[in-house]
Amino acid sequence: MAGHAVEHDYHLIPPSPWPFLSGIAALIWGAGMVIFFAGLQPRTGESPMMEFFFSKGLDSLQDSYRASADKVGADGGWIILLIGSLFAAYVMYGWWKDVAAESKAGDHTPVVDIGLRYGMIMFIMQEAMFFVGWFWMFFELGLFHKMRASWNPDVLENADEYATSMAPGVKGVDPWNLPLMNTVILLLSGTTVTWAHHALIHGDRRGAKWGLGLTVLLGVLFTFVQGYEYLELFHYHGDGHHPWISADAFGSAFFMATGFHGLHVLIGTIFLAIMYLRLVKGGLRPEKHFGLEAAAWYWHFVDVVWLFLFAFVYIIFAVGM
Amino acid sequence: MVALPGENTPAEPSSYDDDGKPGFFARWFYSTNHKDIGTLYLIFGIISGLIGGFLSFMMRMELADPGIQFFTNEHQYLVYVSMHGLIMIFFMVMPALIGGFGNWFVPIMVGAPDMAFPRMNNLSFWLLPTALICLLISFVVPGNANGNGFGGSWVMYPPLSTTGHPGPAFDFIIIGLLAEGFSSIFGAINFITTILNMRAPGMTLHKMPLFAWSVLVTAFLLLLALPVLAAALFMLFTDRIAGGTGFFDPARGGDPQMFQHLFWFFGHPEVYIMILPAFGIVSHIVSTFSKKPIFGYLGMAYAMVAIGVVGFVVWAHHMYTVGMDVDLKAYFLAATLVIAVPTGVKIFSWLATMWGGSIRFTIPMQWALAFIFLFVVGGVTGVMLANAGVDAYLHDTYYVVAHFHYVLSMGAVFGIFAGFYYWFGKMFGVMYNKWLAAAHFWLFFIGVNVIFFPQHFLGLNGMPRRYVDYPEEFAIWNAVSSYGAWITLAGVAFFFLMLIEALILNRKRVGDNYWGEGATTLEWTLSSPPPYHQFNTLPRIEDNAEH
Repeated sequence: MAGHAVEHDYHLIPPSPWPFLSGIAALIWGAGMVIFFAGLQPRTGESPMMEFFFSKGLDSLQDSYRASADKVGADGGWIILLIGSLFAAYVMYGWWKDVAAESKAGDHTPVVDIGLRYGMIMFIMQEAMFFVGWFWMFFELGLFHKMRASWNPDVLENADEYATSMAPGVKGVDPWNLPLMNTVILLLSGTTVTWAHHALIHGDRRGAKWGLGLTVLLGVLFTFVQGYEYLELFHYHGDGHHPWISADAFGSAFFMATGFHGLHVLIGTIFLAIMYLRLVKGGLRPEKHFGLEAAAWYWHFVDVVWLFLFAFVYIIFAVGM
Repeated sequence: MVALPGENTPAEPSSYDDDGKPGFFARWFYSTNHKDIGTLYLIFGIISGLIGGFLSFMMRMELADPGIQFFTNEHQYLVYVSMHGLIMIFFMVMPALIGGFGNWFVPIMVGAPDMAFPRMNNLSFWLLPTALICLLISFVVPGNANGNGFGGSWVMYPPLSTTGHPGPAFDFIIIGLLAEGFSSIFGAINFITTILNMRAPGMTLHKMPLFAWSVLVTAFLLLLALPVLAAALFMLFTDRIAGGTGFFDPARGGDPQMFQHLFWFFGHPEVYIMILPAFGIVSHIVSTFSKKPIFGYLGMAYAMVAIGVVGFVVWAHHMYTVGMDVDLKAYFLAATLVIAVPTGVKIFSWLATMWGGSIRFTIPMQWALAFIFLFVVGGVTGVMLANAGVDAYLHDTYYVVAHFHYVLSMGAVFGIFAGFYYWFGKMFGVMYNKWLAAAHFWLFFIGVNVIFFPQHFLGLNGMPRRYVDYPEEFAIWNAVSSYGAWITLAGVAFFFLMLIEALILNRKRVGDNYWGEGATTLEWTLSSPPPYHQFNTLPRIEDNAEH
């Protein structure tokens, strides 16, 4: 069996250092996460994360929070976190560089290409299940707050306020303002990425560059608009003077769902930007450009999640505010 | 004892030669070879099993008598309980069954030269030591005022896992489980792609061996369930940060029960993740040693699919006592009982496979038969516990402990050992000593039954789980249970004696198909161990071939 020529089209890969290094990077990053966010001592009050963010800007928030805070935790966790993140970024760079080189070398035969497609679909499926978690939490807190009345005296004492909203003092974000703008931005970016894809297929590399470049710009714009919306919310959340860190669980679910989506927009933007760089450097052939397709799939997924967020988190919960 | 083919097959000259293996470091640390990665997974599973086994042995020694013997306080005992659960589930059963046997035999069984993404395969493995190190660190960093470590059980319910353990011990567990989760997700993507895209010519899904089917279903469960756990863990993480998010904090409008929903939406599929690959292995073994094709092949395959699908909509039967609506309880009761149907299909198909077969009681067959018997015991107690009314009485008693150890410690683990002995020669090229293996089996079989059968009585008498101490009236059966731990320990010793004898001292080589007629899947067409890269010419499955 052994020793004779390979007669199949599958891609057998020589030993690679990246997975092992990924494990080490994950260990450093994980230790950094714990030390940075939690410190190595039991917490009684403020965490290094709060210290890090709110002692350097957003002073008003820091004051309102610091009253009960008692600084604990290991300083310097951010160094470990930074080293872990940079190491992870280096590993990802090296790994994907290898993949791009293998694609160029012709290792990605049709059957391997189909395999990559399966892989990307599965990856997007598991991402969707992540969002199931956030949405589930959001709906639970938004819809069933009255069912928790029996063990939350606050609900009983403020029955009127709970009758019309998800929680007292929490006001939804006006969906027809910045969120609507972001919806338009994302839908537009969905068309530009399709433009880029079709332009590439038809050999119009100039059009592809324009389409992809515009998509990346729209992605960045989305992030800026959402960042602006967040800043507004940090300052004027709820009854107008409570900062978000003292917001209730519903506010947390709002930030978690939209924030996790924002993270995916960032990842998708980076993904598309790298495809843009490859396009500019002469990569991505008309007949073979799975990297771009994967980025486009991912981008459409992020787009669809946003539509769900817009419909449920913004519009539905704005009704009755 | 009658001489059994296979175990007494004379050594044959091996067709195995050096075929381009890289050097030691590149081979084992930078590996992109599914068989080497499978071996790494198995070694990792054995190491984790020793750690988790040590923890459970200490628990049993503590519970041998009323009063507190070894542990300094309740917290330390609970740390052992929690870490035993987490390590055994995430770092022993899953790596061994899915990572180990899945990596070794799924590509071979579907006729592929390797996994679809060999590098990502290695990433799946190397995230596991990272995760295990995080869990081990949590032993030695502060948990709560009572000491180091996390004592909130593997279910990690808040508020015990938020305000109850303010120290970083649980943060390390969160990070470790996130790493483990991503490892499993990447592994699942890899298995699904390999099975759907890399089957040999003629190997349709309906000709695919049942172990590959079981891993396919398992991979989908992992893919869809683990992200929800990751989301729940991430919310715990942010809740725990001072001034955190309050998702599970009623004082801030949060809902601690919600964590239980999120956790068990993952946790129940996780139960099937641990048992389905064992189903697949047992199917092969029963078929091989009955010299018959598996009875009702398609029914067996789709029974696993049905278990996987229904397994996603029964999660709240773990939460009957949290104050759920009665209608919800009725739904989850009914849905849970439905799972007994496809499971019954599997049990009866195994029995029907043996019916009229020419049965050989080899070591793997003994493990497989014990699996069927003990899994039925665990399954029947599961049907008991599925009833919300009964569960109100038995919830969080030792009856539950006995139930899930019958399906895991004797279901999944017996499946692992069955597969280990079945494929031992194929993986390592040498045959085990059947006397040492038999001693391992019988000591283990008797040991685990002595441990866990009395726990049914303890539970029915009302002894609750997760307590370091108990009243005098429970002393007798607890003592019996702890003697069982000694017997099991002796069994584990024979396992290692078997390994040393087979791999180091004797090294009795085996042929390609050392089980002879009955072993029909593709791995038996290869040398033992298979060449570094098999199937340079893809095998072709004939239309009339047996599955």
